[in-house]
Amino acid sequence: MKRRLLLLFPLLVFLGLGFFLYRGLAMDPSARDSALLAQQFPAFTLSTLEDPDARVDESLLLEQVTLVNVWAEWCPTCKEEMPQLLTLAERGVRLVGINYKDTRVKGREFLDEFGDPFEVNIFDPDGDLGFELGVYGVPETFLVDAEGIIRYKHTGYITPEDVERVVQEVGKWR
Amino acid sequence: MALMTRAGLLLLLLITSVPVLADSAIEVRDFERPVMAERYRDLTASLRCPKCDAQAIDSSDSPVAADMRERVADLLREGRSDKEILDYMVARFGEFVLYNPRLDERTWLLWGLPFVLVMIGGFIVAVFVRKRKHAQVRALSAEEREYLNALFNREGSE
Amino acid sequence: MLARVLGVMGMVSTGFLLFILITSSPFERLLPGVPQDGADLNPLLQDVGLIFHPPMLYMGYVGFSVAFAFAIAALLGGRLDAAWTRWVRPWTNIAWAFLTMGIALGSWWAYYELGWGGWWFWDPVENASFLPWLTGTALIHSLAVTEKRGTFKSWTALLAIFTFSLSLLGTFLVRSGVLTSVHAFANDPSRGIFILALLGFTVGASLLIFALRAPRMSGNVGFGWLSRDALLLINNILLVVMTVTVLLGTVYPLILDALGLGKISVGPPYFNTLFVPLTVLLCAFMGLGPVARWKQMAGRELMRRLLWSGIAALIMAAAVPFIYGGEWNAAVALGLVMALWVVLALMRDLFDKTRHASSPLAGLRKLSLAHWGMVVGHLGMAITIVGVAMVSNYAIERNVRLAVGERVEIGGYSFTMTDLSERRGPNFLADTATLEVARDGQHVTTLRPEKRLYIARGQPMTDVALRPGLLQDIYVALGEDLGDGAWAMRIQIKPFVRWLWLGALLMATGGLLAVADRRYRRQRSVAADSTLLREVHT
Repeated sequence: MKRRLLLLFPLLVFLGLGFFLYRGLAMDPSARDSALLAQQFPAFTLSTLEDPDARVDESLLLEQVTLVNVWAEWCPTCKEEMPQLLTLAERGVRLVGINYKDTRVKGREFLDEFGDPFEVNIFDPDGDLGFELGVYGVPETFLVDAEGIIRYKHTGYITPEDVERVVQEVGKWR
Repeated sequence: MALMTRAGLLLLLLITSVPVLADSAIEVRDFERPVMAERYRDLTASLRCPKCDAQAIDSSDSPVAADMRERVADLLREGRSDKEILDYMVARFGEFVLYNPRLDERTWLLWGLPFVLVMIGGFIVAVFVRKRKHAQVRALSAEEREYLNALFNREGSE
Repeated sequence: MLARVLGVMGMVSTGFLLFILITSSPFERLLPGVPQDGADLNPLLQDVGLIFHPPMLYMGYVGFSVAFAFAIAALLGGRLDAAWTRWVRPWTNIAWAFLTMGIALGSWWAYYELGWGGWWFWDPVENASFLPWLTGTALIHSLAVTEKRGTFKSWTALLAIFTFSLSLLGTFLVRSGVLTSVHAFANDPSRGIFILALLGFTVGASLLIFALRAPRMSGNVGFGWLSRDALLLINNILLVVMTVTVLLGTVYPLILDALGLGKISVGPPYFNTLFVPLTVLLCAFMGLGPVARWKQMAGRELMRRLLWSGIAALIMAAAVPFIYGGEWNAAVALGLVMALWVVLALMRDLFDKTRHASSPLAGLRKLSLAHWGMVVGHLGMAITIVGVAMVSNYAIERNVRLAVGERVEIGGYSFTMTDLSERRGPNFLADTATLEVARDGQHVTTLRPEKRLYIARGQPMTDVALRPGLLQDIYVALGEDLGDGAWAMRIQIKPFVRWLWLGALLMATGGLLAVADRRYRRQRSVAADSTLLREVHT
């Protein structure tokens, strides 16, 4: 009898593995966690897209729940994302943009063409702030609470279906 | 119509998602000391590119991999240790970028199981041999012999 | 028996045919969305290595289904004895030989085509092919024990099931998209669920059959510590530990993720750390195996026969890194000890076996092809290990900036760029650099690395120029245009890299040699039959 149970062992191991493989099917292997969740938004001092002489820093994100969107003119999905960002702005979400590895001229042209839902755009031509945020592909969106702590991250572009979810997340941290 | 667009998008995805194996980035980078170049090579080989499917940053030409290589080189020149550099990357991109996973409560099974298995294996061999050392050789039963004969005769006569 | 075997194989092919029909029907019409010029094959795949690599691999994967079918048939028939192993050995050897070649071809292709000179990346898809190879190797050895000695019967059947199951698991891992790999396949979860169902049914059912039908009695054939039986048991255990290690490393991130414990990566450093000691252990016993006798052997005799081989291996391996590299390297020495130990033990055994023949040549000729297969296969393994040890530790790599007329010295060679030109290939545009390579003022070779742009896909690609050599390869990949006529270039010296694939070729040859052995041929004399029976009886 003991031996019979031993012979069942390979089957049990396989069933265990099969369970995880099944669970794996429903997961997205290219999804990544942000290392910055529940962390303070990294410190920075940069100019804005609108004004080369202006200086903004992390205090910009204090006192209000803010959605920080990393975007660039050269990123095609950022164009797709714009209508959703405009909807979010209309629904009262405060949006701050990070213009990532771009030039001022191109960035402004982009906003003129596709609309500007942002209160202000942080100009990050070398991608230094993006690197601190662990940005690996644009667009990426961070939700920062009133204490300047990152609470939620959305990688890739916000689809029309994602809007409700983002609004909910914003509501949660208000 | 919506279906058509969706099908079109899907097709586009299929077409564009195939060439993931982009060719490797070749950068000329000089370090003062050869040891540093060696460390640079090891570090960039053990950091995974967060954007790519399964490539280390040394062989990926995605922009974020290039940024990370640049940062590794800068930190090396600043005199940071390997551990500090890895910590730096983990703080920004998460544990995901470590190809050499750290030993913690999540990964003790990963690191430990092979050693445990070698020990269990050694134990099995010991038990097996002890048990078998004095075992008697059993002759085939008459039935087994007959079956074998039948098999080989059939095979031989074919 | 035969009917059951064919039945099992029929079921397997039905499953796969259904998979093709249901999830990726070849009869579906693509019209009207066909691109006019075609989409062009990914330029990386426009290569002869990639023409042979997949069919070879598949011959391996599919070939193991025969061993699997035999094991299931034997279990169902309640006749899990030595007979089925005799039948299944040639099939297993052939499948294994093809899988070996398939993996080696893939490695060779990656080496010269991808431009960074790597030959094994521990990518999930590579691991998926390596898993059945490891258990297949274990199976070949355990089949030998079961056939010759009638022991390990259940274990051998289980290994046959494992080997094919891991081939199926590989199919699932690469086709379902649960893991990310640099190998892109058409994959999606709906295919994934089908293969998982197929996998679950096939493997689940066969392991259930195994649990219910495997003989309750453990065998009672005796053997001692220093017997070939015990050594082959150790071989099997080590290969299984290696298999579990690769499987664990491959699916561990998935398991953690499924448990909501976050995302981690398991990559080359993990596998290398664990595989080096495991391989060392394996090789240590691999030297003993062929020399040891079945059943029992006196320790003193084994010691007498192998003492000098061991000492010689240690001395030579310690010396070679001095002579070759100038700089002593422990890892290289370790690799060489292992390889030399295996080879010298084999030599010693051949010497002992032929000593009593009228002439050494006559003695060698008397050895069976199966024995030669073993010798060649083990030799191949040793050669691959030399290759791995040398190329992993003594490779030189430098990225340089070169313009026409400039020269750079790397690894004792001087590289002078003499020309830079553009050319048009059949389906690409290329920038070609011409490099004159010299050593001590003597011209060695001319290399022409290219940076190509494939027009149909707009995809850039590096076309490596290399000079292959038995002792070292010179490897140059062209990078980006740095402006002012200068280009980035990666120059590598790869010592003994050819030995990797040469060893694999020998391993595969060994497998095929063993298949050609007289006792697997159909026309068998009565005399041969009776020897066989005697073997089985004792």
